[in-house]
Amino acid sequence: MTRTCLIVGASHAAAQLTTSLRQEGWEGDILVIGDEPHMPYQRPPLSKAFLSGEKAAESLPIRPAAFYQKNDIQFRQGRVTAINRDQQTLTLVGGDGEKDGKSEQLSYDKLALCTGARVRKVELPGSDLDGIHYLRNMADAESIKASVVEGRHSVIVGGGYIGLEAAASLRELGMHVTLLERGPRLLGRVTAPEVSEFYHRVHTESGVRIHTNIAVSGFSGNGRVQKVICADGAEFPADLVVVGVGVLPNTELAEVAGLNVDNGIVVDEHCRTSDQNVVAAGDCANQFNRVYGCRVRLESVPNATEQARVAAASICGESRTSEFLPWFWSDQYDLKLQIAGLSRGYDQLVIRGDRLTGRSFAAFYFREGRLIAADCVNRPQEFVLSKRIIAQNLAVQPDRFADESVPVKELLLADSPALASAGG
Amino acid sequence: MGSITFIEHHGAEHAVEIETGKSLMQIAMDNGVPGIDADCGGEAACGTCHVIVDGNWISATGKAGDEELQMLDMTPDRAPTSRLACQIIATDAMDGLVAHLPEFQM
Ligand SMILES: Cc1cc2nc3c(=O)[nH]c(=O)nc-3n(C[C@H](O)[C@H](O)[C@H](O)COP(=O)(O)OP(=O)(O)OC[C@H]3O[C@@H](n4cnc5c(N)ncnc54)[C@H](O)[C@@H]3O)c2cc1C
Ligand code: FES
Repeated sequence: MTRTCLIVGASHAAAQLTTSLRQEGWEGDILVIGDEPHMPYQRPPLSKAFLSGEKAAESLPIRPAAFYQKNDIQFRQGRVTAINRDQQTLTLVGGDGEKDGKSEQLSYDKLALCTGARVRKVELPGSDLDGIHYLRNMADAESIKASVVEGRHSVIVGGGYIGLEAAASLRELGMHVTLLERGPRLLGRVTAPEVSEFYHRVHTESGVRIHTNIAVSGFSGNGRVQKVICADGAEFPADLVVVGVGVLPNTELAEVAGLNVDNGIVVDEHCRTSDQNVVAAGDCANQFNRVYGCRVRLESVPNATEQARVAAASICGESRTSEFLPWFWSDQYDLKLQIAGLSRGYDQLVIRGDRLTGRSFAAFYFREGRLIAADCVNRPQEFVLSKRIIAQNLAVQPDRFADESVPVKELLLADSPALASAGG
Repeated sequence: MGSITFIEHHGAEHAVEIETGKSLMQIAMDNGVPGIDADCGGEAACGTCHVIVDGNWISATGKAGDEELQMLDMTPDRAPTSRLACQIIATDAMDGLVAHLPEFQM
């Protein structure tokens, strides 16, 4: 009898999962259900090259439709509203764009939850006015693009990566950009103050007006937003608002179905949930990370694809694990930031290069003399090196990292080899 | 219509059709060539699309650019004709090209 693997969510994790399932030899049916009217596409460009107009929608699909056809991978549009684990079925509503709320039951032998994350919305007076946007999917990006008018005012709420990337793209499109951040600095949750200062400077130099320590209290306008109002009384003209204040994992389905959920769907090292027939991967999953020795829920493409590979192996009855080193990138203007590792808990920061006036430097985060993370701006070599050092837990001399007369390669050589005993 | 052949580390060959204007990474992805992960979607940010261009074909693809070289420089499997497949745009002149895949991507 043919076995069926159902996948909920049709994005980065799902695209990799389908491919890996076939590579691992899954011969049964594969059906992906996603609620967006698209085959899986690259999400990162939505705030970068797609928003700025450099990349067209046609270039975004992760793989072409023909690939899925050839590998007998089916897609359906619709929303999964419930999972019945005892009967191994799920409820699909609005299948293939039907709007009348018709529902149907689909059976599975194996189920993969790749439901990702959704934007956190603000609930403030006027927050439902036209012209206030979020940025998570193609529809969001397209409606922002359609509202861009050169010379008009845009306000970005939130100084995280998405907010900063949107700010850069909108500047490139000739809009005035004001960025409002509630915390004391940009990227406050993810980078060192020294790196925040750098991004503050380069955005200011590009004409973004940045305000920190400011709380948005509402929006005003006649049907369409015209002003952003702040708690301290300040007002900012706005023809277009982009809110980027974080995301929430889509875990409700799993939770109602009785799976373990704790800041994400809790999975083991093989991406299995508390039900042996159900795996989860991507932004919705919370997993123990072996390199850092703690549980994390990551929001990045490399994590989604890595977990999808591991999950596919589990579905096929193998037990693969991974030594995944978290990493991320962000493009703003001519700056390519590549981040290796997680900097949380660092006790020493070493800067290589000129972060005060230049546009290329690396910030290395150490804990007890060990490299745990690196933010590399236009420094691919330092990035690749850092990934290696962190993943292999190599011993290094932190102070030498600041010395640009020492070539990057030699930061590694001449030092002691991996300390085999120094585990996690 | 020309073709390009990707050869996996253990010898499996994948001959795929050239689509001019697309990157070699995208062509490999479109055809499900294993061993090209392309985590960053072609931004030269991840280094998981490393290929080693066979012998003389490097004249058709051109050599790695500066940023690309820096990404490749620290790769263990680095060879003189190493390239990031996402930075090579396919042309008709690449008909017959052979690209080897490293044992591990970055
Ligand atoms: C603007 C932007 C820029 C980014 N930039 C970067 C970057 O530079 N580098 C990086 O590594 N990462 C970046 N990310 C993050 C990256 O896109 C995510 O980590 C990645 O998309 C996660 O993939 P996923 O498959 O887990 O989930 P998602 O991409 O969140 O996809 C989940 C899909 O499932 C659908 N879904 C959810 N529930 C259901 C249901 N019940 N029924 C049907 N469908 C459902 C959702 O609508 C969605 O389409 C960026 C994200 C955004 C929004
Ligand atoms: S696809 Fe990431 S470097 Fe080529």
